[in-house]
Amino acid sequence: MVEQAAAQARQLLDTWLNSRLSSDVLSWLQQSMSSAASKSRHSFFLAFGMVPRKTGKGDLGLTAEELAAAEKARPGWNPAGWSIDQAARTRLVLAVPENNVNNYLETLDKLFNAGDMGELVALYQMLPLLPYPESHKLRAAEGVRSNIKAVFCAVAHGNPYPSEQLDEGAWNQMVLKCLFIGVPLAPVIGLDARANPRLMRMLCDYAHERWAAGRPVSPELWRCVGPFADKAALADLRHVLQEGNELERKAAALALTACPAPEAADILKGWPELAEQAARGEFTWDTIAQAANG
Amino acid sequence: MPRFIDPHVHAVSRTTDDYQAMAAAGIVAIIEPAFWLGQPRTNVGSFQDYFSTLVGFERFRAGQFGIRHYCAIGLNAKEANNEALAEQVMELLPLYLAKEGVVAVGEIGYDDMTAAEEKYFHLQLELAKEVDLPVMVHTPHRNKKVGTSRSMDLCEEHGIAPSKVVIDHNNEETVQEVLDRGFWAAFTIYPHTKMGNERMVEIVKKYGPERIIVDSAADWGVSDPLAVPKTAQLMLQHGIPQEHVDAVCYHNALAAYSQSGQFNEEDWLNPPPIDQRLLYEGSSVLRGGQTPRVDQPGDPTIIR
Repeated sequence: MVEQAAAQARQLLDTWLNSRLSSDVLSWLQQSMSSAASKSRHSFFLAFGMVPRKTGKGDLGLTAEELAAAEKARPGWNPAGWSIDQAARTRLVLAVPENNVNNYLETLDKLFNAGDMGELVALYQMLPLLPYPESHKLRAAEGVRSNIKAVFCAVAHGNPYPSEQLDEGAWNQMVLKCLFIGVPLAPVIGLDARANPRLMRMLCDYAHERWAAGRPVSPELWRCVGPFADKAALADLRHVLQEGNELERKAAALALTACPAPEAADILKGWPELAEQAARGEFTWDTIAQAANG
Repeated sequence: MPRFIDPHVHAVSRTTDDYQAMAAAGIVAIIEPAFWLGQPRTNVGSFQDYFSTLVGFERFRAGQFGIRHYCAIGLNAKEANNEALAEQVMELLPLYLAKEGVVAVGEIGYDDMTAAEEKYFHLQLELAKEVDLPVMVHTPHRNKKVGTSRSMDLCEEHGIAPSKVVIDHNNEETVQEVLDRGFWAAFTIYPHTKMGNERMVEIVKKYGPERIIVDSAADWGVSDPLAVPKTAQLMLQHGIPQEHVDAVCYHNALAAYSQSGQFNEEDWLNPPPIDQRLLYEGSSVLRGGQTPRVDQPGDPTIIR
């Protein structure tokens, strides 16, 4: 499964790069890929660093068809915001021989440990395409701890790896950190599937901290609260319906709609118009995220 | 809005207040040369994490204030004296010299002018030639005149074009020879120890703007991250023409370090979309000619 996805990703990246890079740069890339298999990996590490000098840093600019092919090759893989150097770096790493797990991970560690900002973003973005997926959990969690927003987002946004591999604690930290540093939740893959009671509690506690500090609470926060809302969370959602602005009230209505507890339906009865709009899909978590994050 | 480059700042030692003030004063790009920490490092991991910071977090941090951050990577003269450690650092350097935004090998050179310092100066000049990067030379505080001459001798010995070498921390006693031999002459405006900016005004009056560069070398000591804009202002007040001020506070540094291929005006005037996504915070994105966003101070006793 993993091997198949990697093979298809290689093919796709080759096609995309072939149509976007000059033949000189392509032959340099080809040569660098073969250096990944050579005994001394000195030139491979240098090549990995040199990529933007060779390819430039233009947007990869994938078409809708190309993005659909990516999704098909590796469900959840979304290279929509990638730049051309990120694609080339991914292709380079996919050329590292995979037969010996220790050698493979050692190479990967070296790349991560000496990574500059652009390299780290590329490396974290490619995690879902790499072999030995279960071996990168600590690395992904480290990316989540990064204070560099772009590095954090390389793990958290448009990346299926966290929802597939992170344990509950790390996953919950990642979701909460999105809100904490003010980046959207909507691009997180697997958000609804991995909602859980502990996350619900963390998010409600965080909302209370924000309220106490007189700071706004992102309406997206309630998305992962709804499905597991307990009594206290239901009271919070009622509070948002009573006191919140329009967007926050829409979010509370959606959260309550997703809550299986009968009390949720009771609360919604007090706001029949909002409840109907939510049920009809007139607003969704995506439209709320768009409105909330501009 | 005037535009400045400060081609020598140890930003890891500076606060966010400094970054805000630098952006407000018109500093659009800085170069952070690798140096020591005020005390000697005890292991190579310490160097690796420092180099990683220069190409990673510090670059990001500067971007949050609308300032583009570049760096020079090298083994500094002081720590070259620990040869066991220096050997390991030399192995590390090739890994970092090809990183994005690395504009020079530096700051390297002499401190006490020991044999070990000279050995690693030689080795790093060879490395600079190999990776085709400019060199930023730190000239010694003590025995400066001899150290400066000797630094240039070494560069010539290795066949490195003077146009690819910036000799830093000059003063009235060294400038003539540096300019005569065709090197870039950088001056560090640093209170009490290196140059004062009134003296700098006199130097630009006397020698003109060609190949002269002004920097702050602001670090963990008493130093001034606004040294470049302040010196520019003083030069204008003393009747130095605007284009000469622009040359020594912007264009010359750009010309010297753009030889790396990693230091382009476009980076801050018109950054590619990917850099805007990675390096800048949403609303503080600095696009062509825009004034950097600096929070307006309200009541200074209030912290929200």
